[in-house]
Amino acid sequence: MTPAPTADLRKLIARHRLWERVFTIVGLIALLIGLLVLLGLFTQLAVTGAPRLTPEFFTSFPSRIAEKAGILSAWVGSLLVMLVTACSAIPLGVAAGVYLEEYAPKNWLTAIIEINVMNLAGVPSIIYGLLALGLFVYQFGFGQSILSAGLTLALLILPIVIVATREALRAVPGIIREAAYALGATRWQMVSHHVVPYSAGGILTGVIIGLSRAIGETAPIITIGALTFIAFLPTPPVTGEFPFLSFQWLKDPFTVLPIQMFNWTSRPEEAFQLNAAAAGVVLLVMTLAMNALAIWLRYRIRRKIKW
Amino acid sequence: MTKPMTTDVNATNRPAAGHRLVRRRGRQLRERFIEGLLFLAAASSVAITFAIVAILVSESLPLFKEVSLLDFLTDRQWTPLFDDAHFGIMTLIAGTATTTAVALLVAIPLGTVIAIYLSEFASHRLRETVKPILELLGAVPTVVFGYFALLVVTPLLQKIYPDLPGFNMLSAGLVMGVMIIPYVSSVSEDAMRAVPMHLREGSYAMGATRLQTAIRVVMPAAFSGLAAAYILGISRAVGETMIVAIAAGMQPNFTLNPLEPAATISAFIVQVCLGDLPHDSLGYKTIFAAGLTLMLFTLVFNILGYWLRKRFREIY
Repeated sequence: MTPAPTADLRKLIARHRLWERVFTIVGLIALLIGLLVLLGLFTQLAVTGAPRLTPEFFTSFPSRIAEKAGILSAWVGSLLVMLVTACSAIPLGVAAGVYLEEYAPKNWLTAIIEINVMNLAGVPSIIYGLLALGLFVYQFGFGQSILSAGLTLALLILPIVIVATREALRAVPGIIREAAYALGATRWQMVSHHVVPYSAGGILTGVIIGLSRAIGETAPIITIGALTFIAFLPTPPVTGEFPFLSFQWLKDPFTVLPIQMFNWTSRPEEAFQLNAAAAGVVLLVMTLAMNALAIWLRYRIRRKIKW
Repeated sequence: MTKPMTTDVNATNRPAAGHRLVRRRGRQLRERFIEGLLFLAAASSVAITFAIVAILVSESLPLFKEVSLLDFLTDRQWTPLFDDAHFGIMTLIAGTATTTAVALLVAIPLGTVIAIYLSEFASHRLRETVKPILELLGAVPTVVFGYFALLVVTPLLQKIYPDLPGFNMLSAGLVMGVMIIPYVSSVSEDAMRAVPMHLREGSYAMGATRLQTAIRVVMPAAFSGLAAAYILGISRAVGETMIVAIAAGMQPNFTLNPLEPAATISAFIVQVCLGDLPHDSLGYKTIFAAGLTLMLFTLVFNILGYWLRKRFREIY
């Protein structure tokens, strides 16, 4: 091999440098496309929906007249469904995460559970909807109710909660566990008094991300047959007479925000599309706020904890 | 413990030996009980998988008594609710394949470039600010993306190509691609950052630029992770429902042309569920058959991803 003349080498280096610079620009543009779409989406929704975002929009029921329609039944429905989801997914998910991280022996059964959780995270949401339609609505007879919807979304976010719990528990160093054992704590005392409280922030982050995913989920709720036109509220959970609590609302028909938005989007009249944009702003603000909260929490935990 | 210890602790608080044994037995029982409960919680995830498979199979089996599997796989029409009923799942698969292909044409190049840029070029500060924002892109509810595809992107595309119908797979696929970018970029970036520094240093020492190092050293070393990221993107695109249901139309149409409207597997399920759906109707059985097909596809991609990761894992 003969050494290349200096001039050729210089040219080669210059060419590589040029490519390097070209790629820097291409990379920035690719990043910008992602960010600009997010920004464009948000401004478009906000500009279109702004005239409808009045207090009445939040306090009126859907209506045949676009100008009078609101999202009262939708946001109340979303809230109640989220309540059911949180109450079932959080205990189940955290318990499963604690078992896999703190208790599980290394055997084939644990391996199957772990692979299975990973697989569940990849199952499309509409499949969960079909599961709920066959199981909750017909087999268990829950009907097209808030209970069915809440449980469906709970199954959907279960893998997210489990994975987040495991990661949070893993971040607690082993010396904490050894210290607890050294003082005579049983395994459950070690877990419930020390490891879980110390990782609560991380678990909370995962739970918030899971719930923000659930609140925007549309397909599985359509599958279980939620109605799109609901002009009444579910039975209030607190009653005037003994025993003051009523669980009738679990069985009530309902609608949720994403379904209301879907319904308005698929109407041909332009007036309803304004409503859809306004509902979209509400939905987007809710999910983005929840995600921002989760990111902030994660950031704070990372900075605060120094074992 | 704030209780003042005035009395002799040993004398008053120490239980008799037999009593202590009972207490220890009780504690052990409680420990066992709690462990059992936690195990049940973990095992419930396996139960969910079984329930999904069982429901999909049991509810779609009656359909295959009426329609032969051969017709299901080879018929080119999907009109289960018409008088002249045809059950060619290929029609829906074609729609799914087209929207997925369009989405991947957006998500894979952009996601990979973003991953290379963030992992090899960007400063620490830029990376830490941009990553959470990109993640937000994946957190936007899909119904909002659907609205965006139908009412913003389609009119924009119609300005370029006036013959484009109001419902089309192109705009649905494009928006879906943007939605998938963060999934692809974040997994790819993690894979590339996991490549040990000494490989890069070796490359730089030979006089390579950052771009050359990224493409010829880091990317091959991170191949299994990149493949996993792409597979994750594909499986997201295949299962995505609301964007296609809103923007691509819900009419089954046997075509691979993205400029036409067509229904995907998931969009068909949504369309049937929007109507009245009695338990034993034909529509009820067909959505479970469609769901089973969708589930098989995602399963294949999951297994493929798992195999790729094992097969091409670089060990340092």
